[in-house]
Amino acid sequence: MSLSFLFVQLLNGVQFGMLLFLLSAGLTLVLGIMNFVNLMHGSLYMVGAYAAVAAFEKTSSFVAAGAIAVSATVLVGLVVERLVLRRLYRREHLAQVLATLGMIMIFNELVRFVWGASAQSMDVPAAFSQPILLLGLPYPSYRFVVIGVGALVGIGLYILIHRTRLGILIRAAAADPAMTANMGVNVRLLNSTVIGLGAALAALAGLMAAPLSSVQSGMGEPILIMTLVVIVTGGIGSVRGAFFGALIVGVIDTLGRTLLPTLLRELLDRSLAQAIGPAISSMLIYLVMAAVLVVRPQGLFPVKHG
Amino acid sequence: MRRTIASFGPREWCACALLSALALVPVWAQAIGEPYYLSLVTRIMVLALAAVGLNLVLGYGGMVSLGHALYLGVGAYAVGILSSHGISSGWVHLAAALVVGSAVAAAVGAVILRTSGMAFIMITLAFAQMAYFVVVGLKAYGGEDGLQIDSRSDFGVLQLSSAPVFYYVVLCCLLAVLWGLSRLVHSRFGMVLQGARINERRMAAMGVPCFRYRLVAYVLSAQIAVLSGVLMANLTKFASPSYMQWTLSGELIVMVVLGGMGTLAGPVVGAAVLLVLEEILSSVKLPLPGGLDTVINNHWLAVIGAFIVVVTLTMERGLFGSLRSGRRSA
Amino acid sequence: MNMPRMLSAMASAAAMLLAAPASAQAPVKIGFIAELSGPQAVLGQDQYDGFMLLVERNGGKLGGVPVQVLKEDSQLKPEVAVQLVAKLIEKERVSIISGVTFSNVMMAIHKPVTDAKVFLVGSLAGPSPIAGAQCSPYQFITSFQLDAAAEAHGRYANERGFKKVFLLGANYQAGKDFLGGFKRTFKGQVADEVYTAMNAPDFSAELTQVAAAKPDAVFAFYPGALGINFVRQYNQAGLMKTTPLLTQGAVDGSTLPALKEAALGAYNGAPWGPDIDNPSNKKFVEEFERKYNRIPTLFAAQSYDAAQLIDSALAKTKGNVDNKDALRAALKAADFASVRGKFKFANNQFPIQDYFIQQVATDAKGRVNLKTVATPLKDFTDDYAAKCAMK
Repeated sequence: MSLSFLFVQLLNGVQFGMLLFLLSAGLTLVLGIMNFVNLMHGSLYMVGAYAAVAAFEKTSSFVAAGAIAVSATVLVGLVVERLVLRRLYRREHLAQVLATLGMIMIFNELVRFVWGASAQSMDVPAAFSQPILLLGLPYPSYRFVVIGVGALVGIGLYILIHRTRLGILIRAAAADPAMTANMGVNVRLLNSTVIGLGAALAALAGLMAAPLSSVQSGMGEPILIMTLVVIVTGGIGSVRGAFFGALIVGVIDTLGRTLLPTLLRELLDRSLAQAIGPAISSMLIYLVMAAVLVVRPQGLFPVKHG
Repeated sequence: MRRTIASFGPREWCACALLSALALVPVWAQAIGEPYYLSLVTRIMVLALAAVGLNLVLGYGGMVSLGHALYLGVGAYAVGILSSHGISSGWVHLAAALVVGSAVAAAVGAVILRTSGMAFIMITLAFAQMAYFVVVGLKAYGGEDGLQIDSRSDFGVLQLSSAPVFYYVVLCCLLAVLWGLSRLVHSRFGMVLQGARINERRMAAMGVPCFRYRLVAYVLSAQIAVLSGVLMANLTKFASPSYMQWTLSGELIVMVVLGGMGTLAGPVVGAAVLLVLEEILSSVKLPLPGGLDTVINNHWLAVIGAFIVVVTLTMERGLFGSLRSGRRSA
Repeated sequence: MNMPRMLSAMASAAAMLLAAPASAQAPVKIGFIAELSGPQAVLGQDQYDGFMLLVERNGGKLGGVPVQVLKEDSQLKPEVAVQLVAKLIEKERVSIISGVTFSNVMMAIHKPVTDAKVFLVGSLAGPSPIAGAQCSPYQFITSFQLDAAAEAHGRYANERGFKKVFLLGANYQAGKDFLGGFKRTFKGQVADEVYTAMNAPDFSAELTQVAAAKPDAVFAFYPGALGINFVRQYNQAGLMKTTPLLTQGAVDGSTLPALKEAALGAYNGAPWGPDIDNPSNKKFVEEFERKYNRIPTLFAAQSYDAAQLIDSALAKTKGNVDNKDALRAALKAADFASVRGKFKFANNQFPIQDYFIQQVATDAKGRVNLKTVATPLKDFTDDYAAKCAMK
């Protein structure tokens, strides 16, 4: 277990965390500001990935594909918001869970209808298709792009939230939605904006993920679960919580998967370690989340409510 | 205030009709020579039972548990594991399942009931996922492939291997649980539970230990789900980790809310409508224009999704809950 | 509640519509149960298309008698599959059930089907229990027992002289069986054995471990979508150029359209390849490509063989499905021109066949396809046949 190995694994964790951050940031805003459980967020990620693949096939340009994917997904998000989601803001969480679950089913079948059941794929942009040598180990250069994009988005969101007027509105609405509405803010417009922003971030995540993993119907659900874990651990409504929560979840999950089995093999009998190792590594992030929630139910970096 | 037939409203009539229909299904299936419908409705009732149990914490208690499938799994695997070791007595299966289920529920509940809202939802999910991973890792008991059960639980005089007998056993369980719950929610316990859902601070201010009541409700609800799991394992003669997936918990929530959360029979209606709709949509063979029936056959999940969205948007109290009740006061 | 009445009305209407084309002989009903929705629908669809290729070529007949193939989707849920099987047997009264994609579904339904004396002609899932102690005279498998492919890989690794191999697999029964099968025949040293979670989309951590261990080769079991992700990331890490990748289920007809050039150089093991040289296979591949516009996969080929098997059996019994012993004997004879060339059943009614190692390469038409490079196992009977009590 060399130091360089550990460092590269850490990097892997950070990269995974960045992908999670892109998804969590959007969802935590929606949840925090509008108190709206949008389970459909995973479907927007899926739509973004499919749109990216389709656009890349036509344009062969990663940047163009990204622009098209983000715009298309934002459009889809706004349309769905107008038709379905808007009617659910006043309803209780359960109704929101149900309706968005129904939307997940519809979207899963829709992409299967349009693109078929086979997985779609997209190549890594040519500039980043070669691995680079990092401390003696080959590392896919594309993953640095993911880290880079994640960091840029993080900085961008920070500037948006802390240095712009929209950011002030978002922070106010996250702290106290009712008061914000009372102060004359056009809440409807704000809601649509937040949903649109969330959709854009989800699409970006889909774009980043498309070259790495297969794009197929139902790809949103596994990552949605992890996103919810990140948000709840980090603190609902807090972008900072999403950022650090995502990094924590990403790093713990990655390091857990690699270090835990080895650790168990040192301590326990080999066959037992092999039996329980993978089970525990899968459970690790849930254990961490459960621990955080019991000790600090509002999350690690909660929004301070006025 | 005694309820008389005269005071029955559409809701009560619907419930009566539904329960009568359920009682007559084996007779009807025999008459038309289609034993398949017997197993279909048995499956509906088993899931309805789990949904009814979930309703206790979800509808009356206001706690959104996304992890109830965990207890279904406990029930199913109790039967599976004991059977694989040669123990086929139904009473042992049931007792073991309930004991383990109650212990797990008490332990889990003690931890999760300290949280609420979104945190509660996520933490129930976490526990269910953890249990799922543990079971998948159990190679000795089939792991991901699941565990076959050679024969149904032996309850002595009750021959569960006979389909109509099994059907009526399930129906009786469902009716017994419904009756028990109706007594419970109208009792002091039920009042406290609903009061805690509506305004916990007020209840606490009155000196009511809400946590204790919630924990009891959670354990009871888990026990009902465990019973459902035992029956499910008997129905399919199979125990599988897929019984514990969060998607099944989600389906149960859909059944409860679709049917009507604050009502007793709502989950039964929700389960029946959802599963019958699934059955019809996936095998509809009417000659519709443009090959639409093949599209529906292949993508019936989308139709169900749309159905759920529409019902959620238009009927705030669910299908059954939207029916007018004949009772003059709550 | 008028649901039951409505149901019965619909069922009657449906039955009437189905019976509308009046035929002189009642068609033989065959149930086809597979994964037809969700990400794994690719596999079920291949099985169905392969099966129907023969049925439709014969004008809706097998063995000279009209057949009616009833397609059902098991949604990768064993309890749903049990329900569907009950429907096919009790309501539709099918004589044969074919298809069955995943082993957990197979484990759930094989007993109900064989107990009802309905023939189960499985064309994909082949879990070890049903090849061994739980074999049944009513059960025929035209695919292969998974461990056998693992052993083929092990032998090939020996032939290639690999001394140190890194093992990777998905954390479920088939994954563990598979890696175990490889270790049984491989004579070299196992650098490490890592199991990843079923749904994990990201293998960066594991690939870093592989790079650090510097093995002679990597053996990975990742079916379907998992395989696509893995191979793609393996390529991106630059490992495809340095370390040969032996896989099972990751590079085949169903994943190559998605992977394209990223898979070039990877190895796969299978009892069939699109380039096997015999008339039956050439005809099958050509017809399949013409009709469905894609390269047939192993799953389609095995399902096509299942259809051919049923075709030959029904021809022998002249369409009689009531005499179970005669039908069973006819099925066991396996008297058909398999796309694999020779085809015979072992005592556990799994095939005795050759296993090939294939490499992903561009074919004569310039498409990314599989090329057979070695035949490590010839006329191989799987290890579990000895545990089966049948002769």
